[in-house]
Amino acid sequence: MKLFLFVAVLLAAPLVAPVISPAISPFAPPAALALQPDEILKDPALEARAREISKELRCLVCQNQSIDDSDATLARDLRILVRDRLTAGDTDTETVNFIVERYGDFVLLRPPFKNSTLILWISPVVIFLIGIIGVTLWHRRRRVAVAAPVVPLTADERARVDALLAEKPEQ
Amino acid sequence: MIAEIGHYAVVLALMLSIVQGILPLVGAYRNDAALMGVAEPAARGQFLFVFIAFFALTYAYVVSDFSVALVAHTSHTLKPMLYKISGVWGNHEGSMLLWILILSLFGLMVAQFGRNLPGSLRARVLAIQGLIGIGFLAFLLFTSNPFLRLDPAPVEGQGLNPLLQDPGLAFHPPFLYLGYVGFSMAFSFAVAALIEGRVDPAWARWVRPWTLVAWTTLTIGIALGSWWAYYELGWGGWWFWDPVENASFLPWLVGTALLHSALVVERRDTLKSWTILLAIIAFGMSLLGTFLVRSGLLTSVHTFATDPERGVFILGLFIVVIGGALVLYAIRAPMLKGGGLFAPVSREGALVLNNLLLATATAVVFLGTLYPLALDAIGSGKVSVGAPFFNATFVPLMVPLLIACPIGAMMAWKRGDLPGVVGRLRVAVGLAGLVVLATVMIDGNTDIVAALAMGVAAWLVTGAAVDLAERTGLFRISFSETLRRAANLPRSAWGTAIAHSALGIMVAGITASSSWQTERIQIVRLGDTVELAGYEVTFRGASNVTGPNYTALRGTFDLTANGRKITTLHPEKRDYPAEKSGTTEAAIHTTPIADVYVVLGDSDGKGGWAARMYHNPLVPWIWAGAIFMAIGGMVSLSDRRLRVGAPKRVAHKTPAAEAA
Repeated sequence: MKLFLFVAVLLAAPLVAPVISPAISPFAPPAALALQPDEILKDPALEARAREISKELRCLVCQNQSIDDSDATLARDLRILVRDRLTAGDTDTETVNFIVERYGDFVLLRPPFKNSTLILWISPVVIFLIGIIGVTLWHRRRRVAVAAPVVPLTADERARVDALLAEKPEQ
Repeated sequence: MIAEIGHYAVVLALMLSIVQGILPLVGAYRNDAALMGVAEPAARGQFLFVFIAFFALTYAYVVSDFSVALVAHTSHTLKPMLYKISGVWGNHEGSMLLWILILSLFGLMVAQFGRNLPGSLRARVLAIQGLIGIGFLAFLLFTSNPFLRLDPAPVEGQGLNPLLQDPGLAFHPPFLYLGYVGFSMAFSFAVAALIEGRVDPAWARWVRPWTLVAWTTLTIGIALGSWWAYYELGWGGWWFWDPVENASFLPWLVGTALLHSALVVERRDTLKSWTILLAIIAFGMSLLGTFLVRSGLLTSVHTFATDPERGVFILGLFIVVIGGALVLYAIRAPMLKGGGLFAPVSREGALVLNNLLLATATAVVFLGTLYPLALDAIGSGKVSVGAPFFNATFVPLMVPLLIACPIGAMMAWKRGDLPGVVGRLRVAVGLAGLVVLATVMIDGNTDIVAALAMGVAAWLVTGAAVDLAERTGLFRISFSETLRRAANLPRSAWGTAIAHSALGIMVAGITASSSWQTERIQIVRLGDTVELAGYEVTFRGASNVTGPNYTALRGTFDLTANGRKITTLHPEKRDYPAEKSGTTEAAIHTTPIADVYVVLGDSDGKGGWAARMYHNPLVPWIWAGAIFMAIGGMVSLSDRRLRVGAPKRVAHKTPAAEAA
């Protein structure tokens, strides 16, 4: 039987013909560095605000990186833009709104609370509540189910238990 | 020739996996021992053939056989040997082969060490593993064959992404895959148990070591990846809530929940269908991670294949495997009857809370990762879900979990005594309070959230210590008696305490490094000294150096504290001509309580260099915590209970046997 299987496997193997597939080409653009010394504002308070805002803004061409962390040229442009607005006297909100007007909600790493993101934002609370309700119901049902009367042993089972109990343990 | 042998071996492995996936199932159904017995030799054979294939591919990389297309596309003769070997899995096809190698390795381990399992369960577990193997081997052969030839063979290869030319590549993916694929064991046990219609404490005891192996290795794998990102990406971040990171974090979260719920099945014979569901989902999340990385939906360092055909294949595989298991679950789970009752305040209750919070956290990370893709797919606009979202949702869910952890671990089974447990933890409460106060006093800005988080860290560590002290009677009975008790304490109790306190170490590292980081980004000239959190960093110039397959600009920075020389740091900016890209190599001075992290940037053309310097307090604790967590897992794994297995049923003596 085993031999037969082995031979069958060997015979079937070449049927799975090789498939020629085109090559894939690698990889990402070269790295520069994130925030550069020449971008940093003289005023530390303003710079600190710029950093906080930068952490919330997405580098649009990267994978979920903030413009504060990103090496991309676009991120640098956005960092400079943020600092220009702040230097011009915009508040944090005005600065962010300015960027969102140009690039859309996509630029916000913290999605805005609106209809399309409702499910996302309320999910933690809703899921947790559903969980609590589920656990409570399950627990209550279990208590009721287990409270049901115990089924007595049948005569056969009784006899077997007696026999087992009567057996002397071997020393 | 070697490549053809590898190719043929993959085909043979596929054939064997078909045998392994079908015959033992039929055998178990018919109670035919001969058919069930096919499972083990098939599993051994499958491992052998996949190993041959893997060896053949490694050989092609080692000798730089550029007639193999994959080698030509992802290797280079000048690449150091370490990266030639680890480069085997630094690409889509090779990493898939590694995935399958580990899958077959787990199959082999069941075949070798699964003798204490009942025959039908063992046959079914191996059969499910075989079925998973069919899917992945077919995927490899039909869409991602690593052994395809290139004619004419190029003289030189195209090289490997320089970011991946790092010792991290040698360890991060294998550990990660051990974790991902390890959950296939929990999955196979769950499906086999559903087919048998029987889940009992013995089942939980059999499945636990496999889950522990998967969880431990996944912990190491994720930590290695995060450490790698920290030193390689050049700005000191270590977790980005990047979709691919999330993809590895999801199975970890579910796996953690599974470890805890399986404990309830083992001890109290209840929470069965939930545990089975977690086992299915844990592997589902592993498959999802595999799918996301290879689907072309995301792009990052991790995404190898941007070929939609492959994405569709894996998505199909995912739907068949997980969908099939869930259908089976829907049919069979209602049959599973729970055993022990418990009061809401009890160890079981605490573990249910643990599962509730971990499950919610999983759902949040899952939604946050896939929501943008889903929204885009239905044409409702593009949104980004990044770190600020996860920090606002995930972290609040972790707070009650961490606070409840030491209390739950000391709670009695069935019916616990909350005030009593908190009373016994008063030392931990006091120490945590002290840490909060001390933090507020040291930190001038009085970041109260950070101070509280440090308190939680202290709570976790001292809570675990109090638990051990209680169990061993420390300070209450004679010291020798305590030692005796400590020696007799089950290994799993030690494992739990180690892992829980490791969580505290990690929380401290995360809190301190993100709250009290010092950063200097500026132009430095020769001889310039920069003050950095009690250290002085002096720039001593930059020079060109040549590596095996790169050229680099190498900076020299003297690190001193109060004028006393500590070390010299050499950050590099590397340029890899073959790959036409570069990397930054941060120079890091690690002490037990902080990292000094220096990165060299571009020249400003006027004798100055852009430099980034960080002082990251307690950042090594993040990875130390992960290592301790894994050690906790390993200690738990060495528990006697897991090795003894189920007591064998003694066969009734027959006259023939007595005569013999």
